[in-house]
Amino acid sequence: MNTIAMPETKKKPVVQKEDAMNLQKELINQNYMELATARANNRKVSATFVPGNLNELLMCFDFARSLPETNALQNGMRKKSGKMIMDAERDGQSEDVCTYVKADLGMMMGGEIGPTGDPLPRPDILLLSYTGCFTFMKWFELVRHKYGCETVMLHVPYQGEGRIQPAMRDYVVKQLKETVIPTLERISGVKFDIDRLRQYMKESVKAEEDLVRVLQSAKNRPSPIDGYFGAVYYIGPIFTAFRGTPEATQYYNVLRQEIEQRVREGKGPITPEGEMGEEKYRLVVEGPPNWTSFRDFWKMFYEEGAVVVSSTYAKVGGLYDFGFRHDPDHPLESLADYCLGCYTNLNLPSRIDMICRYIDEYQADGLLINSIKSCNSFSAGQLLILREVEKRTGKPAAFIETDLVDPRYFSAANVKNRLESYFQMVKQKRTTGVGAGVQPVIPIAAAH
Amino acid sequence: MNAPRPVNAIVEQCQALFEDLHFNAVKEWKAAVPGRKAIGYMPVYVPRELVHAAGMLPVGILGGGDALEVIQGDAYYQSYICRIPRSTIELALTGRLDSLDGMLFPSICDVIRNLSGMWQILFKDKYVKYIDVPQNYVDNIGGSFYVHEMQTLREDLGRLRGAPITDAELNASIAVYNDNRAAIRDLYTYRAVKPWQAPTSEVYLLLRAGMVLPPEAHTALVREYLAATDLVPRAKRDNARVVINGSFCEQPPLALIKSIEMSGCYIVDDDFILVTRWLLDDVPANSDPLQELSKAFLHRSASTAAKYDAKREEKGVFLMKQVKTRGAEGVIFAAPSFCDPALLERPMLQDVLGRQKIPHTAFKYAENTGQMAPIREQAGTFADSIKLWSAA
Repeated sequence: MNTIAMPETKKKPVVQKEDAMNLQKELINQNYMELATARANNRKVSATFVPGNLNELLMCFDFARSLPETNALQNGMRKKSGKMIMDAERDGQSEDVCTYVKADLGMMMGGEIGPTGDPLPRPDILLLSYTGCFTFMKWFELVRHKYGCETVMLHVPYQGEGRIQPAMRDYVVKQLKETVIPTLERISGVKFDIDRLRQYMKESVKAEEDLVRVLQSAKNRPSPIDGYFGAVYYIGPIFTAFRGTPEATQYYNVLRQEIEQRVREGKGPITPEGEMGEEKYRLVVEGPPNWTSFRDFWKMFYEEGAVVVSSTYAKVGGLYDFGFRHDPDHPLESLADYCLGCYTNLNLPSRIDMICRYIDEYQADGLLINSIKSCNSFSAGQLLILREVEKRTGKPAAFIETDLVDPRYFSAANVKNRLESYFQMVKQKRTTGVGAGVQPVIPIAAAH
Repeated sequence: MNAPRPVNAIVEQCQALFEDLHFNAVKEWKAAVPGRKAIGYMPVYVPRELVHAAGMLPVGILGGGDALEVIQGDAYYQSYICRIPRSTIELALTGRLDSLDGMLFPSICDVIRNLSGMWQILFKDKYVKYIDVPQNYVDNIGGSFYVHEMQTLREDLGRLRGAPITDAELNASIAVYNDNRAAIRDLYTYRAVKPWQAPTSEVYLLLRAGMVLPPEAHTALVREYLAATDLVPRAKRDNARVVINGSFCEQPPLALIKSIEMSGCYIVDDDFILVTRWLLDDVPANSDPLQELSKAFLHRSASTAAKYDAKREEKGVFLMKQVKTRGAEGVIFAAPSFCDPALLERPMLQDVLGRQKIPHTAFKYAENTGQMAPIREQAGTFADSIKLWSAA
């Protein structure tokens, strides 16, 4: 009797991790544990936003520090956000608004349990760092309204003219001095010590230096990192609760060394499935990633040999690669400049300049825009960004639409289809050299 | 002496101005004196006094409405963004805004904020300014910042006209706009007392006329309407008295406002075109003009979703005051689709109303919403429920 050979069970690929990755995971989990045990340890809890995250300042008051956006994306990656969003919508939130907000509100409605399954206590203070996103204002107003959390506003003016003006900086510094710091002192019971802030900033600078070196390593061929999918892990500590800590300094030091080793060895980035093969396409990506299908989304790139050499999202919590560093000699002024300089606080012309510069400096083949359905701060104007970048660089650009943490808005087939077409277009443009002032390789007449 | 115009003639004039998407009124005003300039502004609020003091015409831009087919504008926006920016770009790309020498974009939301940057790229020959109003209401903090913002605008407009704007000019303009605001306050008070004499479909057209007319002419028009409409009694109905909330940026079609009224509601207050009554009382016109405008903004201005409430207990206070002072029986939340400010604010306001046992209903619209039957049904059911189940 013939037997039919059964196909071998396909093993799930083992996610490859290096030391820095493990360190990063430890840091994130450590912070969630600090939050989980905050009440037991008599610690007050703060919440603030990633753009304009004044982590060094919050540390001066011994807060356990929560970042609701990070909580939302962690819930997204763990496939928990879908239900949270629907709970929030049933509770009266519109289907049109930011899914980070709805995931956060839905999580809070479900009891004070965070993404790791550990308690996530309600914050004692919401530091409303109003930087680069209108929705932030309403987010914390909603949390305050529902749960009575005290809120302190830090209004960070928008760089409407494409530069930081002295009056803008002065305004932020004045708010820090006269409203934010006094409020943090009162809530925490800890007196503000500016030397403590300076000390944290000295650490911040070290981490910032190393982060920039890591991000700029992508200028190499092949790029040793993915500046989007990989970079969201790299920016985790510095954009959340660790900038200014020796742990972050250590992490970025280890990371930089690992990446420099990869450069020496001529290696490409590590992906969840191992070393990426041949680098075929180099892209700049604008816009946040989708979190609910993050691995699947990333796979669509590395399977095709596409590496992201630079991204704008990796600057959402601070723009360091054009020279800004926290300055311990002028601590409050540099906190202001940090907030004013976050990516989504830049005007559209500045964002376009930045993307064009990245395409040039990182020798990218083109731009991909991942437009997020519920994020107007990033998304409004991206179609103009696309056309302007194409016009100025001559490089092709592509546009896909997903969402942050609402799984209903990620259509894998649609996204993959568009990406494949885009990679084909990039390849074709490279082959034929179609662009300004370049003759086709194969003359049309000869083709007949 | 000219005979007073009947109210329908005044309304027809306003309707013609509202429907004119080529802004001929602005062109005519400019043509009357060579060298005149016009500066457009978007919702919710800009200090129009500064534009007026420069001898320029402030022109309120509220999108293209339901009469404008958006073709080019749609190429600039994804489907999940509201319609006002795409129709505004459409107006500009089709030459309808050529009479404007500049545009002001106040800080209302990320879409309008980013539109300011798009304008800088698309219309390089126009003056563009993003107006960042303060979210800190302390005079020497938010106030200082706001005075600086206004001073920058003042200097820019002075450069545009070729001469600095003086304090005397500013104070004179403040006085003009005080008159205009007083006229609007009287209009709104009249409507709340006698809504059958001042239907909102007419009041709305009066406000829209103010977007393209010089304030002096607009004030006269409002006063003329008040006198004219009071002369001819109109039929009074047993309608439910409602406040409209959420329509402070992208405007509903006029037909939607009419539908709400036809369904059995008197709109006794609203947040349409808030710039006309953002500052709640007279701004002193005999002092430091920018300081006075700043104090008026910080301490005596209206409330809307784009303005931070410094304390939790402030949420909904302004809306409740509208309900109480206007004798409203309910609130209709009418927000544009995809409007972050209105839609994120709404649950908090609904909660406040719920605790105060004020009936409310909600729907979304777009500036080109065409199907009014669902609106009429919902508003009509709401009005009926108020009449049937509210305490006598």
